[in-house]
Amino acid sequence: MLRSSGISIHPQASFIGAMAIADLIKTTLGPKGMDKILQSTGRGRNVTVTNDGATILKSLHIDNPAAKVLVDISKVQDDEVGDGTTSVVVLAGELLKEAEKLTNMKIHPMTIIAGYRMALECARDTLLQKTMDNKENTDKFRTDLMNIAMTTLSSKILSQDKEYFAELAVDAVLRLKGSTNLESIQILKKPGGSLKDSFLDEGFILDKKIGIGQPKRIENAKILVANTAMDTDKVKIYGARVRVDSMSKVADIEAAEKQKMRQKVQKIIAHGINCFVNRQLIYNFPEELFADAGILAIEHADFEGIERLALVTGGEIASTFDNPESVKLGHCKVIEEIMIGEDRLIHFSGVAMGQACTIVLRGASEHVLDEAERSLHDALCVLSQTVNDTRVLFGGGWPEMVMAKEVDELARKTPGKKSHAIDAFSRALQAIPTIIADNAGLDSAELISQLRAEHHKENCTAGVDVITGTVGDMQKLGIQESFKVKQAILLSATEAAEMILRVDEIITCAPRRREDRM
Amino acid sequence: MALAFDEFGRPFIILREQEKKTRLRGLDAQKANIAAGKAVARILRTSLGPKGMDKMLQSPDGDVIITNDGATILEQMDVDNQIAKLMVELSRSQDYEIGDGTTGVVVMAGALLEQAEKLLEHGIHPIRVAEGYEMASRVAFDHLERISRKFEFSADNIEPLVQTCMTTLSSKIVNRCKRALAEIAVKAVLAVADLERKDVNLDLIKVEGKVGGKLEDTELVYGIIVDKDMSHPQMPKRIEDAKIAILTCPFEPPKPKTKHKVDIDTVEKFQTLREQEQKYFDEMVQKCKDAGATLVICQWGFDDEANHLLMHRNLPAVRWVGGVELELIAIATGGRIVPRFQELSPEKLGKAGLVREKSFGTTKDRMLYIEQCANSRAVTIFIRGGNKMMIEETKRSLHDALCVARNLIRITQLCTAVAQQRYLAQLLLKLLQIGTLELSRSFADALDAVPLALAENSGLSPIDTLTCNPHCGIDCNDVGTNDMKEQNVFETLIGKQQQILLATQVVKMILKIDDVISPSEY
Repeated sequence: MLRSSGISIHPQASFIGAMAIADLIKTTLGPKGMDKILQSTGRGRNVTVTNDGATILKSLHIDNPAAKVLVDISKVQDDEVGDGTTSVVVLAGELLKEAEKLTNMKIHPMTIIAGYRMALECARDTLLQKTMDNKENTDKFRTDLMNIAMTTLSSKILSQDKEYFAELAVDAVLRLKGSTNLESIQILKKPGGSLKDSFLDEGFILDKKIGIGQPKRIENAKILVANTAMDTDKVKIYGARVRVDSMSKVADIEAAEKQKMRQKVQKIIAHGINCFVNRQLIYNFPEELFADAGILAIEHADFEGIERLALVTGGEIASTFDNPESVKLGHCKVIEEIMIGEDRLIHFSGVAMGQACTIVLRGASEHVLDEAERSLHDALCVLSQTVNDTRVLFGGGWPEMVMAKEVDELARKTPGKKSHAIDAFSRALQAIPTIIADNAGLDSAELISQLRAEHHKENCTAGVDVITGTVGDMQKLGIQESFKVKQAILLSATEAAEMILRVDEIITCAPRRREDRM
Repeated sequence: MALAFDEFGRPFIILREQEKKTRLRGLDAQKANIAAGKAVARILRTSLGPKGMDKMLQSPDGDVIITNDGATILEQMDVDNQIAKLMVELSRSQDYEIGDGTTGVVVMAGALLEQAEKLLEHGIHPIRVAEGYEMASRVAFDHLERISRKFEFSADNIEPLVQTCMTTLSSKIVNRCKRALAEIAVKAVLAVADLERKDVNLDLIKVEGKVGGKLEDTELVYGIIVDKDMSHPQMPKRIEDAKIAILTCPFEPPKPKTKHKVDIDTVEKFQTLREQEQKYFDEMVQKCKDAGATLVICQWGFDDEANHLLMHRNLPAVRWVGGVELELIAIATGGRIVPRFQELSPEKLGKAGLVREKSFGTTKDRMLYIEQCANSRAVTIFIRGGNKMMIEETKRSLHDALCVARNLIRITQLCTAVAQQRYLAQLLLKLLQIGTLELSRSFADALDAVPLALAENSGLSPIDTLTCNPHCGIDCNDVGTNDMKEQNVFETLIGKQQQILLATQVVKMILKIDDVISPSEY
C-alpha cells in the first residue's frame, strides 16, 4: 500500500499552528504591550529583548507549516513597509479563529473565503474614503508625521522619550526629500549615557580611527573614496610566480614591490586630496607615506560605510588611479575626530549632499540599543513610506472600528451563507482594539461596546485611549497611522488566512534517507 | 533451505532466491495495484475544480509549499509503491505534454481503476476490460473532436483565449484576479507566438517573482527583468537607447586552459608584468567602448580595477548574469553573445530603448528592467504577492495558463465544458451496446467521476447536478446557470483528449499486471 505519502493530518491542525503563533505574539500589541526575551540556543546564548513582531517570529523555531506562512507574511510586511509586523499576524490569527468557528458549523472553506474577499473589498474601500491627506500644507503634514512617528514609537522601548525620537526620525526622513532610500540614514549605536543623549548629526560619522601621525582635523577636505588593495598588489595574471635564485634578487624584487606601492601612493596623492578612505586594509608602509604627505588615511571602512560615504560626499569609489583629472572627488567642510563616550570616531561635517545624516543612539546596554535601533528603524520606514503616500488615518483602533462598521452593513445586505463569513471578518477586525485594551489591562468588553456605540455617530474620531483607559478622541490625542501600512496589514493578513483556509491536507514528506555507506 | 558441504567439508546453507522475495499473483496482484492507484487519486480528488482545496506539502528540509497543482503535489510526495509511481508519471506526462489538467487526469485514471475493480470481481478477464477501455477511449476521443468547436482569434480579438485561460486559473488560489492574470498570460503568449507556424516557444517567457505588494500589481513587461544590479553603486540607474554588449568572458586577465607558469626572476620582468596587467584591463574596457556599447552585461565577475575603469569610462555594467537570462537578453535585444573581447563589433550589440534599475520596499532589493527591446519577442511576467508561497503558487498557475494559451494557438479547438462528458457517456452507451455493454458502461461511469468530484467539491448534490443538456456543466460558482456556453467556461480539446488517452493507457498497463515480484526488505 501507499505508505510513504507521509502522515496526513486533520485540516484543523493547520489552523491551530497558525493560531498558536498569533496568540504568542498577541501580548506585544499596542502601547502597553509586553516585550519578549529571545534566547538563542547557539554559542554564547545571546539574549535579545524585543517587542518587534518580525524579530520575534524570525527567531522562532517552528515546524508547523501553517505557522510558517504567518512568519513569512510578517517578514514581508517588514520588508515592504517596515511596521505593523505584529498587527498583521494577529489579524490573520483572528481571521483563522473566526473561520474555525464557521467550519465547525459545517460551512465550506471556499464559502468563507468568498465572504472574506467581499469583506476585504468593502473594508479597503472604507479605508480609502476615510483617509486624510495634508500633502499641500507642509506644517500640517509635519504634524502628521510627528503623530505617526509617536504612535509607532509608543509601543516600543522608546515610548518614554517618544517625542524626542519622533522629532529625530521626522527630521531624518524629511532630509531625504521623498526618497525611500534609508541607506543614507546611518544609525550608530554607542553604549553609555541614556537614551535621551541620542542625537541627530547632520554630517556623517565613520566608526574608525585616524591613522597615527596624521592630521586630526582637516578643513575643506577633498576626499578620495577607494576600494583597492593597499597591502601588496596581487599579481592577477594567472600562473605567475616569482622564482629567484639568489638572496640579492629577493631584495631586488622586494624593492620593486615597494617602489610599486610608492608609485601607487604617489598617484593617489596626485589627485590633490587631503583625505583618503579605503575599504581594504592600508599597511604600515603606505600609511606612513600618506602621513608624510599630510593626508588623512582611513583604512578598512566596511562596504556600507564606503558606499554611504561616497553617496554623501559625492565622490566616486575608485580602484584605479591613472587619470586623476577625471576622478570625482568627494568634498566636505570639516573632518575631525570626535569622542562619543569612550570611543573616538571620525566626523565628516558639511557634506555635499544634504540628504545624509547620522543618528547616534546612546543607551544603557547593548540590548536597549538593539531594541532602540529596531524601533527607530520601524519609525523611519513608516515615515519614509508616508512621505511618498501622504494619506494618513487615525490610530488607536479607529480604522478597525470604522471598517468593522461598514463590513457589518455589508453582512446584513448579503444573502446566503457568505454573510456569516463577512460577519466573522468584522469580528476579527474588532478583535484588534480588544487586544490593545486587554494588553493595557482595561475592561475590553466595556470599552469596545462603548467604542462601537460611539462609531455609530457620523464622522466619529473615537478610539481606545490606553493612557486614561477610556474612549478618547483620536484627533485631539494626535494618534495617527499611515494608510499604506494599514492597507498592507489588511491585504496580507487576509491573503495568508485565505491560503491556510484553502488547505485540506498537510503532506509531510519523510526525511530524506541517508545513503547506506556503512 | 538446505544444508550442503563443500569439498573441504565446511557446511554452507543454500537459500532459494524466491523465498527472499514477496510475490503477489493473479487477482490479488491486480486488486493491490488498483488499490494503490486509487489511493493516489483520492488525495488529488479534493483539489479538483474552482472550489477545490489546496494541499500543504512539507519538504524534508522543512520548507512549505502550498499548491493545488496535481503535478506539483505528486512530484513532491515521496511515493514508494510502484503503481503509485506510475500515477505520478502519468500526471507528469500530462504536465509535459499539455501543461494543464494534471489533477483531472489522475482523478480519471483513479475512477477507471475503480470501475475495473468491479468488473474484475464479476470475473471478467483483465485483458478484456483493458480492450474494452481502449475501444471506449477511442470513441470518446472522436466524439470530443466532433462536439468541439473551432474558434477564431486574432491579435485584436483575444477574448476566447482569455476565457479559456480563466477557466484554468479559476481553480487556483489566484482566482481573485484571474481576469487580469489570464490577460497577462494570453498577451505574453501572443507576444512570443509565431502565428504563421503556429508555434510558441515558452522559453521566451520568463516568469520572475518578488515578494511584496499585492497580486494585482503583477505585470507583463515587454522586455527582460534581471534580478541583478549595476556592478558599481554609482553607475547610472537609467540608460536610454542602450547598446548592449553581451559578454561571456570575465573582465579579468586571461586564464589559458593549458597549465603554464610565468616565472619572474628579475625586477624588469616584475615591472613588465604589472604594466601588462594594467594594459589588459584597459584594453578590455576600451574594446567595449570602441564597439559603441553603452551597457555591458557579463556572465562573469569583474575585477575591482576593471569595475572602476568601466565606471570611469562611463560604461555601466552588470555582472554575474545567469546563462539562461543572458540568452533571453540576447534574443530580446537582437544582440549576439560574444565570448571574446576581440570579437566585439558594433553589429553584435543588442539594442534596448530603456534600461532602468528599480528598487522595492524598504530593503535594498533592486532589479534591472530592460525594456523596449529591438525584438519584442521575449517578455517577462513579473509577479508580486504577499508571501513567498503565494508567489510560487502563482508561478505554477501561470505556467498552466501559458500552456493552455499555447495549445490553443497550436490547435484552435475548444471543448465547451466539463460535464459534457456525461452526455458523451450516454452516447457511448448507444455506440457500444453490442457485446461489451458492461465494459462501456463502466467506462462511461468513470468519465462521470470528474464532474462528480467537481460537484462534490463545490458542495452541490452530485446526482442532481448531473442532468443532461449538451452544454450543461457544473455551476461551481453559484452563478445561477449551468450552461457552460453562457458562463464562458472552456477547455482545450487537446487537453481533454490527452487526459482520456493517457488515463486509459495507464489503466491498461496496470490491469495487465498479474504478478508483482519485489525483493523483500532485508
